[in-house]
Amino acid sequence: MARITAGLAASHVPAIGAAMDHDQVGTEYWKPLFDGFGWTRQWITDERPDVVILVYNDHATEFSLDLIPTFAIGCAETFTPADEGFGPRPVPVVEGHAELAWHLAESLILDEFDMTILNKLDVDHGLTVPLSLMFGQPAQWPVKVIPVLVNAVQYPPPTGNRCWLLGEAIARAVRTFDQDLNVQIWGTGGMSHQLQGPRAGLINTPFDTAFLDRLTTDPAALRKIPHLEYLREAGTEGIEMVMWLIMRGALGENVKELHRHYHVPASNTAVGHIVLQNLA
Amino acid sequence: MSSDPDLFDIPGTTVFTGVQTRKGYHLNQFCMSLRSAANRARFVADERAYVDEWSMTEAQKQAVLNRDWNAALAEGGNIYFLAKIFATDGTSFPEAASIMTGVSVTEYTAMMRAGGRSPEGQRSIREGR
Repeated sequence: MARITAGLAASHVPAIGAAMDHDQVGTEYWKPLFDGFGWTRQWITDERPDVVILVYNDHATEFSLDLIPTFAIGCAETFTPADEGFGPRPVPVVEGHAELAWHLAESLILDEFDMTILNKLDVDHGLTVPLSLMFGQPAQWPVKVIPVLVNAVQYPPPTGNRCWLLGEAIARAVRTFDQDLNVQIWGTGGMSHQLQGPRAGLINTPFDTAFLDRLTTDPAALRKIPHLEYLREAGTEGIEMVMWLIMRGALGENVKELHRHYHVPASNTAVGHIVLQNLA
Repeated sequence: MSSDPDLFDIPGTTVFTGVQTRKGYHLNQFCMSLRSAANRARFVADERAYVDEWSMTEAQKQAVLNRDWNAALAEGGNIYFLAKIFATDGTSFPEAASIMTGVSVTEYTAMMRAGGRSPEGQRSIREGR
């Protein structure tokens, strides 16, 4: 039986990928950021997950304004790194797990989550940067990946509570998949950042710290954060944090925080990272 | 205007609502076209001719040609779409942000390294907090 053993969250700033692709990891600017992922790289090598359900938002890459799905799932065999305007990142093609992805899609739709099914998807930094952070620069990614995409470009994204409920439904679906798989779920994006307008550069460390704390101490409170509060407190792009709640909702009531890292800045963004063991 | 009035109450911020999407559809679709290397080359070779191929308003075209990002946001541009122009130009996000915030890139980068822009006084125009 497939089981979700851990949840993990990380920001997905494109400049992090660029720093890795252009050999900047050891510089004075970037070293403190990457140092916080060393623990996780060792841990994930020991854990050896078979599949990662990777929750992210497309950044006007696969989806233009012609089509804006609120929730979508990648069911293809492989996913190609996208050209986002500066050429594709030099990272491996991402291998999917089409059998589990289709099981999830079918289960979720019958569980009343109306997923959009993607049989072709080019993946942008939102998906490839977290893989790079956790696995470095391998010739092949050591896991299969099921992309779960959440609209965070067009206002409004789905509510935090809806994201949580989708996470719960994902957990139910994984439990009914008849293969012995070690599955992790990753929530990506955030933390506080605003990329646009005269308020660009907003960072709210107290808000971010409280969010990280409540993932273990009071996750129910996170479900109730309204969009306006994310916009005011964490910036227009900080609203990506609703995606972390899909991850948290997919874990049981009891989780253990194994590791945490928080660093300001990566480009315009407060980078947050947490690893949660699923105990329930 | 069906959007929540609170969305207009955040200083220096344009929330990308349906109103903005209707206004900026062609501008953003033009930006999207720059995901293709062939289109980037055509844009760089003759920017005016390239933007004239799109059903944008003159104000939108001028915002693009002048790299006036705040004007582009006001005309319905979305930052992730405008980022395709940054990428074409080789402009970093902090460089673009420094233009939007009216400071030099050195000042902007220093602000970020010092912990970023505080939310104090930046949450609500109406409530002054």
